[in-house]
Amino acid sequence: MTLLTYIINGISLGSVYAIIALGYTMVYGIAKMLNFAHGDIIMVGAYISYFAATSFGMPPLVCIAVSMAACTVLGIAIERFAYRPLRNANSLAVLITAIGVSYLLQNGAQLLWTSNPKMYASLIDIPALHLFDGRLTITGSALVTVISCVIVMALLVLITKKTKVGKAMRAVSEDKEAAQLMGINVNFTISVTFAIGSALAAVAGVLLCSSYPSLYPTLGSMTGIKAFTAAVFGGIGSIPGAFVGGILLGVIEKFAEGYISTQLSNAIVFSVLIIVLLVKPAGLFGKVRREKV
Amino acid sequence: MENIRTKLSGIKKSTKQELITYGMVTLLFVLFQSLNNAGILSRSLSGQLVPVCVYVVAAVALNLVVGFSGELSLGHAGFLSIGAFSGAVFCKLFSGIGNDTVCLILAMVCGGIVAGIFGFLIGIPVLRLRGDYLAIVTLAFGEIIRNIVNCIYLGIDGKGRWHFAFGNTVEMEGGTTIINGPMGITGNEKISTFAVGFGLILFTLFIVFNLINSKTGRAIMAIRDNRIAAESIGLSATGFKMTAFVISAVLTGMAGTLYAMNYASVAPIKFGFNQSVLILIFVVLGGMGNIRGSIIAAIILTVLPEQLRGVGDFRMLIYALLLISMMLITQSDKGRVLMEKITANFKKILSIKKKTVKGEKAE
Amino acid sequence: MSELVRVVNDDALLTERDIKMAPVLETRHLGIEFGGLKAVDDFNITVGQSEISGLIGPNGAGKTTVFNLLTKVYQPTHGTILLNQKDINSYDTIKANHAGIARTFQNIRLFNNLTVAENVLVGLHEEMTYNLAQSLFKTPAFRRSEKIARKRALEMLSIFDMQELADVQAGNLPYGAQRRLEIVRALATNPCLLLLDEPAAGMNPSETAELMDNIRKIRDTFHIAIMLIEHDMNLVMGICEGIAVLNYGKIIAKGTPEEIKNNPTVIEAYLGKQGED
Repeated sequence: MTLLTYIINGISLGSVYAIIALGYTMVYGIAKMLNFAHGDIIMVGAYISYFAATSFGMPPLVCIAVSMAACTVLGIAIERFAYRPLRNANSLAVLITAIGVSYLLQNGAQLLWTSNPKMYASLIDIPALHLFDGRLTITGSALVTVISCVIVMALLVLITKKTKVGKAMRAVSEDKEAAQLMGINVNFTISVTFAIGSALAAVAGVLLCSSYPSLYPTLGSMTGIKAFTAAVFGGIGSIPGAFVGGILLGVIEKFAEGYISTQLSNAIVFSVLIIVLLVKPAGLFGKVRREKV
Repeated sequence: MENIRTKLSGIKKSTKQELITYGMVTLLFVLFQSLNNAGILSRSLSGQLVPVCVYVVAAVALNLVVGFSGELSLGHAGFLSIGAFSGAVFCKLFSGIGNDTVCLILAMVCGGIVAGIFGFLIGIPVLRLRGDYLAIVTLAFGEIIRNIVNCIYLGIDGKGRWHFAFGNTVEMEGGTTIINGPMGITGNEKISTFAVGFGLILFTLFIVFNLINSKTGRAIMAIRDNRIAAESIGLSATGFKMTAFVISAVLTGMAGTLYAMNYASVAPIKFGFNQSVLILIFVVLGGMGNIRGSIIAAIILTVLPEQLRGVGDFRMLIYALLLISMMLITQSDKGRVLMEKITANFKKILSIKKKTVKGEKAE
Repeated sequence: MSELVRVVNDDALLTERDIKMAPVLETRHLGIEFGGLKAVDDFNITVGQSEISGLIGPNGAGKTTVFNLLTKVYQPTHGTILLNQKDINSYDTIKANHAGIARTFQNIRLFNNLTVAENVLVGLHEEMTYNLAQSLFKTPAFRRSEKIARKRALEMLSIFDMQELADVQAGNLPYGAQRRLEIVRALATNPCLLLLDEPAAGMNPSETAELMDNIRKIRDTFHIAIMLIEHDMNLVMGICEGIAVLNYGKIIAKGTPEEIKNNPTVIEAYLGKQGED
């Protein structure tokens, strides 16, 4: 029964990773940059939903909507002011800027809301599922997390495959210059990608804190890096890859905590990243690109 | 004749820059050492003399990887950690040496070697990757090191026997604990001095400058500028990146030992991702590939926040803003144009001044 | 200048003499497929010890791909490459250069943040004999070796009269000078076969004429084979002794400039079929 519990907890945590990884993978696939600050947007999203619920007493769905809207604006603003001017700069400069943005968000949050953790009251009010005479419990938030993750992935697949902006996204990810020449507004497309990724980060923040109810300014940094690991695991740029990678990583983490050591769980998750990058650099579903000479 | 002239001027220029750097460091050392001896320095400032040396060395060492090799390492605090812990163990082992300075120097050599070995082992997988992936994997290694060091327990019992445990406290009768899991190094003798720190800075500068001005250094920079072209003229990218990475790890490890032996206890949590980013901030704000810049940035950004207590809360926020604006100014298209305009105007003003000076002389 | 050149053989270059000697480069059925598409197919060519040869063809014919195969940037899927009669198929780019192939790039690839002299010095890397420890402690051997290398770099730059620019940052050079510096850098690795990818691109007629002289001069002083890709027909017809024409990855004609000029298949490939309308 403990094995099953680990698996269920793993899938639930993995679904959060998957939602974040979807945002990561889209931004990386299209803007070709590692948005280090993506994880911190999760934290901002969680704080906003927390204050919407506690200070303004908004109903849960409204809280989530407000938090998504705020994060969308934040994501677009970050892209516009910090990343867009560096579109032609080398990846080192962009990554350092992204680290700067991440620090800005973390320390801004610390000044605004202090570093004391806040108790996050779950926004998800659904009774837990008791199976096998109560020996196995699946919490309501775990259920909602997994279901939302599946819905989000399906929606994203639909958007990228069927809509006009989705097709533009795929074109930009293949070749920015060519897409521009074909009349695609590259800047707009990248903004939309950041908007979607940031809205997803807000959702992930709410879901994460509903399951693990402690909220603090550095919440997003490790979570974000783990989600990036998930995106790499699945193959960067691939939507189903991010989903599968996220779930697998969540399960691996819970197994590591359960069977090896809680202290070493991060080390194990990162070892997975290193092994994947060395053995299968393109991940499970990614494709290899070669540099033109 | 012409050839010789260009040759001389070429050599002179870099040597001159190096001498200025050595001179600056020496001057600062003499100044602060005499102020400290005279008892003028505040206690907080005199307590920072050794950490400043540590950060200067770490920043110069990281600059070798980020600025000259062109790869972003987000895990250099891991090498500080390895150097700190192996150096501390060395000091316990050879506490009978007697002379503290000799013991410290040997411990630094030991810390450097161990960090170098780990640098090599980590470099094998890491340097096969490129760009963002490489950066994120160095971050991963930094975290793995911190996680593992967090679980190490090491002590000597009353009979001089060693006890080691992973994940659990060591059980022994009497004696001293050297590494105590998340508590880190405990019961250190504080033997680090500002003078040894200054010596380490000189050693670091000597190694880094000589490396940069050799064929190996040129190869490292060539690979940074254009990997494909470098391979086309027979340079193996991985090998040269490894050289830079390992030398950087050795120097960082030595700084780690210096850091550890400055305190009675040091916890592994000190060497997390934030520490790595802090060193990176020194490098970026000092200018990537600019050794003197790294030194100045490391000194100012270590000393200043401690002295301006009120700023403390805003410190990291300001760093973050500085980091972003630095990149936007130096790396974006618009920023570059702006900078060129400013420097052009500046030069104009300078040349006008020179002319007027000359004119005055003529009169 | 002649004293700095390591002379491979004392004979002057003559194509007839080349024939008697083993070729520097020989490819047999060389080819590469990218996902089923044959970018280069059944590419057979023989280059003499000190021959200047040309590789021409319409855009997208696979010319640069041939260079990438020869320098092992791409691993061929078919055929063999013999350099001085040695099979170099298992080599990587680095080993191929050590074996004697050097190249320039269509889109210039210099070390932009290094000076002009340093760009050449990087090419002279293998010639400098000191090791890492010697450089870290600046031993006399290091100083001596550096001094000789610097002198040699300046001498090599003098081929193109660029010694004055030695301390200019390579990225700040004008376009034509950048192309010339790439050639010097490649030459510094002491190759037996030099591959030039569109060396005259972006040059005006007088610069091109000067380049032609310089290419000949390089061949005469260094006694090496030079193979070039070029769209400027005056240059190709003016200096190449042998020309191969590539279209859709296949050689459609081989011969002397005269033969190529009058070859109907070549004319068709370049101008399209005549008289169909």
